[in-house]
Amino acid sequence: MATLNDYLLVSGLLFGIGLAGVVLRRNIIIVFMCLELMLSAANLTLVAFSRFNTAPNGLPDYNGQMLVFFVITVAAAEVAVGLAIIVALYRARQTIHTDELTSLKG
Amino acid sequence: MTLPWILLFLPLAVAVLNQLVLKKTGLAPIISTASAVATFVIALMILGQSGTAAFKWATIGDFSIEIGFKLDQLSTGMMIVVTGVGMLVHIFSLAYMKDDSAKARYFTGLSLFMFSMTGIVLANNFIMTFMFWELVGLSSYLLIGHWYQKDSAADAAKKAFLCNRVGDFGFMIGILMLWGITGHLAFDEMKGGLEAFQAANPAIFSGVLSAAVLCIFCGAIGKSAQLPLHVWLPDAMEGPTPVSALIHAATMVAAGVYMLFRLQFTLGFEHFEGLPASTVIAWTGGITALVAALMATQQDDIKRVLAYSTLSQLGYMVMAVGLVHGEAGMFHLFTHAWFKALLFLGSGAVIYACHHEQDIWKMGGLFKKMPITGFTFLIGFLALIAVPGTSGFFSKEQILEAAHEKEPILFWIAVIVAILTPFYMTRLFVVAFLGKTKSENADHAHEVGPLMFVPLVLLAVLGLVAGYPFIASKYAPAYHSHSFQLGPITYISIAAVIIGLIAGFVLYSGKEKDPLNIPLFRNRFYVDGFYDNFIVRYFQDAFAAIVSFFDELIINGLIVNGLSRAAESTGNQFRKIQSGSLQGYAFVFGIGVVLVIYFTVFHS
Repeated sequence: MATLNDYLLVSGLLFGIGLAGVVLRRNIIIVFMCLELMLSAANLTLVAFSRFNTAPNGLPDYNGQMLVFFVITVAAAEVAVGLAIIVALYRARQTIHTDELTSLKG
Repeated sequence: MTLPWILLFLPLAVAVLNQLVLKKTGLAPIISTASAVATFVIALMILGQSGTAAFKWATIGDFSIEIGFKLDQLSTGMMIVVTGVGMLVHIFSLAYMKDDSAKARYFTGLSLFMFSMTGIVLANNFIMTFMFWELVGLSSYLLIGHWYQKDSAADAAKKAFLCNRVGDFGFMIGILMLWGITGHLAFDEMKGGLEAFQAANPAIFSGVLSAAVLCIFCGAIGKSAQLPLHVWLPDAMEGPTPVSALIHAATMVAAGVYMLFRLQFTLGFEHFEGLPASTVIAWTGGITALVAALMATQQDDIKRVLAYSTLSQLGYMVMAVGLVHGEAGMFHLFTHAWFKALLFLGSGAVIYACHHEQDIWKMGGLFKKMPITGFTFLIGFLALIAVPGTSGFFSKEQILEAAHEKEPILFWIAVIVAILTPFYMTRLFVVAFLGKTKSENADHAHEVGPLMFVPLVLLAVLGLVAGYPFIASKYAPAYHSHSFQLGPITYISIAAVIIGLIAGFVLYSGKEKDPLNIPLFRNRFYVDGFYDNFIVRYFQDAFAAIVSFFDELIINGLIVNGLSRAAESTGNQFRKIQSGSLQGYAFVFGIGVVLVIYFTVFHS
């Protein structure tokens, strides 16, 4: 039987991989996917805590799982908007390579 | 005792009201004139009263500066002069400045001047005198520069202000010295302080008092335009003519004489007898009278002739004060105020009628075209040259007597001035008012309206009668009543008038251009040239170079530009952080989050 620490470890790994992807990869689609990975890591943490935080009647605390549903819903909406932005960006700049998207340089 | 307060602050209130509220409405001239009439009425009501009142204006520790008034014959009599001439000049200005586009500013200036002059006259302590002294300088500056669009007017205003500043610096030192000597600033307490000082330090008393008085005299040199700071007064004629009549003939320039007399009166005349400073004052006055009269003989501008004549008469007054016969000087101030204001307003009427022509050689024949102006001008002229029976005769007589009693050389200088005065005034009158008209502008001249000639007539009446004892003993600021008697001095004075008159008439009657040409007098003894070429070039320009160096290098280079350069380079350092790389930001953000977690969770 996996313990809470195992779940948290996996979740931390996922988050780390996601962050590394966001920081290191140059393709903006990949960056976006890594971002989703980080969200999933957070979701996993929430579910794990929910599962292991049992009430006196033996049932888990469902608050965490409720929150996860919200996160998934919002993430779906976010993906829709994000992808639309990427498409618009590509149309405007003909690139989705982050090294070439530096017009905010001071 | 509220009347003196109203007298002092009404003009200020009017000036503020005019400038802030009534500027656009066209009411300003009327309000100012009404206030001038009101102050004259108040001045008549408080005439001859005595008393003093004050409130603390600023307090620093034990020391406090007071604003207050001191009423006595000297101050209330002087108020008659100030408000009387002021009122008539206001009325005259209504007509003279009718077409001016900045009437409100002009009348604001006049009201401000009335306030400042009232402050000097009524002041009960020296600090208040000094403050209003400066205010008078300011209002004079504003009024000389009324037509500031003209370079000459702006320059003249600047020159007047700077010359006054030179004198006022000495004045301030003098006030402080006097404060150090007597320990008091209020006039009423000074005499006691001075006598205590005299008792404690008899050896250095006269030297120290002399130094203080000379420093204070510097202020009078500036304000009353004595040599060597006289240069501003003739240039001040660039201002509107009624201003010249009020400020630069009758009141402000007399403030120096008034202040010196007030000083002597306060400290006691006995301390000034034989004081070295008194000798210096007397000689300065005498030499100014002579030099200014010589300069006046060769001027062509009608107002400049009158300006030099004013200088010369002020020299008389200062001389009388220096001879410790201040009451003669004050009496001359009183009579001179009326007839010199009359002459200036008369010249204003002439200039107005001749479409702003000021050269007397382009006038001529005005007596027939402008009979009222001409006749009143004639009365002023007779009073100025001291024809027996006019007010000027009585006062000049007293000054000559004083000079005769104390210092024979000054007496003969005064007699020469008494010959020169009728000479240059006859020249002015004969050339401008008699003979043929010499230009088209003068040809078109016609009599001025009643707003202008009524003040002229009133001043002419005063110019005739102000010297008679029954008026002078009541209204004059100081009057030494002594039985008038014919004597050698009277004969000499009458002879001087006749010589001057005949010489002027013979030389100038029917002439088209000046038969005399004395470059030394025409160029005003080259004093202005000397100032321009020497003082201005070597002192002002050198100083300007230093100031410019300081300004360019230190202020501009180091402080202003230095600060901006420092800000810019710091900014340049910081802009390197703004790489524009999305993931760089994300990386820094991640590190930040890790650090926050580290410090909050693990590093409590």
